[in-house]
Amino acid sequence: MTHDRIIIAGAGHAGGSAAAMLRQLGWKTGITLAGEEPIPPYQRPPLSKAWLTGEADADSLALRPLAFYNDADIELKLRTSVTKIDPAEHRVTFSDGDTMHYAHLIVATGSRARRIPLPGLDLANVLELRTAADADKLKAVLGTGKRLAVVGGGYIGLEAAASARALGAEVTIIELAPRVLARVACEILSNFFQDFHRSQGVTIELNAGVQALEGTNGAVTGVRLADGRVIPCDAALIGVGGVPNEELARDAGIACDGGIVVDLDARTSDPDIFAIGDCTRRPLPFYGRTMRLESVPNALEQAKQAASAICGRPQPAAEVPWFWSDQYELRLQIAGIPFDATEIVVRGDVSAGKFALFHLTADGTVQAVEAVNASTEFMGGRRIIHRRKKLTAAQISDMSVTMQQLAS
Amino acid sequence: MPKITFIEHNGTPHTVEIAVGKSVMQAAVDNNVPGIDADCGGECACATCHVYVEPEWLAKTGLPAPGSQEASMLSFAAVTQPDSRLSCQITVTPALDGLVVRMPEGQH
Repeated sequence: MTHDRIIIAGAGHAGGSAAAMLRQLGWKTGITLAGEEPIPPYQRPPLSKAWLTGEADADSLALRPLAFYNDADIELKLRTSVTKIDPAEHRVTFSDGDTMHYAHLIVATGSRARRIPLPGLDLANVLELRTAADADKLKAVLGTGKRLAVVGGGYIGLEAAASARALGAEVTIIELAPRVLARVACEILSNFFQDFHRSQGVTIELNAGVQALEGTNGAVTGVRLADGRVIPCDAALIGVGGVPNEELARDAGIACDGGIVVDLDARTSDPDIFAIGDCTRRPLPFYGRTMRLESVPNALEQAKQAASAICGRPQPAAEVPWFWSDQYELRLQIAGIPFDATEIVVRGDVSAGKFALFHLTADGTVQAVEAVNASTEFMGGRRIIHRRKKLTAAQISDMSVTMQQLAS
Repeated sequence: MPKITFIEHNGTPHTVEIAVGKSVMQAAVDNNVPGIDADCGGECACATCHVYVEPEWLAKTGLPAPGSQEASMLSFAAVTQPDSRLSCQITVTPALDGLVVRMPEGQH
């Protein structure tokens, strides 16, 4: 028996976008979008920013209005996850026990917060930040005079710290490495963000291991560091990275390697099963290697790849990976990934808070550009990386040469 | 509610309604109009909601201010024209009821 339905397992940014894209590209028969959360697909980036500070409402968070799913004849199964895939039968089982057949399955299960084994994790007000429900819990404990301890100086931690300061909370960031953003940014950028957060009243503890979360009456009261000191707090946010939700695919015999392995059609080792977003390990065309990317642009690009392949359209043109983060009045935009870079060239003025860092390989190929309040450098950087253009340090740092000229 | 017409690069028109105060980009996204990618969700950070404003509407939508974030993003968008705008930066007002914009061939 043949089937004509597409099932999308996971209703996040990737899954929701894939459903919409399939309709745009002319998929006529059934689409089922299933996700464990109680609300339709929404944007996660504002959760640590405008949503936390109250500048964004639920409507603006939604990827698309609820009516869209009805109008586009997309069956939305909320509070329902796919728990099992039977590839031979082209059938999934949902958490409510129902089963359904598919022509194509798109796995968009995302990533989850990495959990470190710490005593006290089960105390009230020990939080993580991945979902709208997480953000609401965090929002409820923030406010003037409240004390927030952030374990982990990555993007989520830094963004939450900035938002918490905007709400008048006192914030301490606790980072195991010698600098914040140690896994994802260069030292110049780390130092810049550390200085900026400190200037905004954030306390940053570096080289600081966490031993335990302490509490009374079941609620957290402090974070005990490896050196014995205790950072008192009303809430502790743990943000120490993400783990791909690949178990569903792996249990079905689909190849995984720190993420579900896909090609540039977002196709897995099973030709009728695709995977998109945070849960995948994907090829990076400009760099000749594979990687797992946790970003909205990646989710959208792979949603487009899967929808195109399923609808028999040409593969979309390769895109340079990019990322952004907003903290205080700082907009950080990153184009590319600094694989094999041996030199960092500064364009602009770091002390003025408007600059870009160009990461070059030994032969001068631009691999990545990290731009702070420098959108032109970011956009130009994307184009330069796309063209695999080589530049010298002198060319890059010369502000009398425009980015338009550098990129042409 | 004001009506906005998006014309795809292949000529297919889409007329949609959108509440005053939202952006023209949001009108496209809410109604799944093909050709507007809006990767960054309306933050003026990606230049993937690029449109050409029909001549008779330019006086009402205006052009990006020289040196603005929008102008800088647009300078790296694909195939820009003198009437190019980022649709996330056009706020819908009652005066824009009937606005017509055209889409470029691609957003990347």
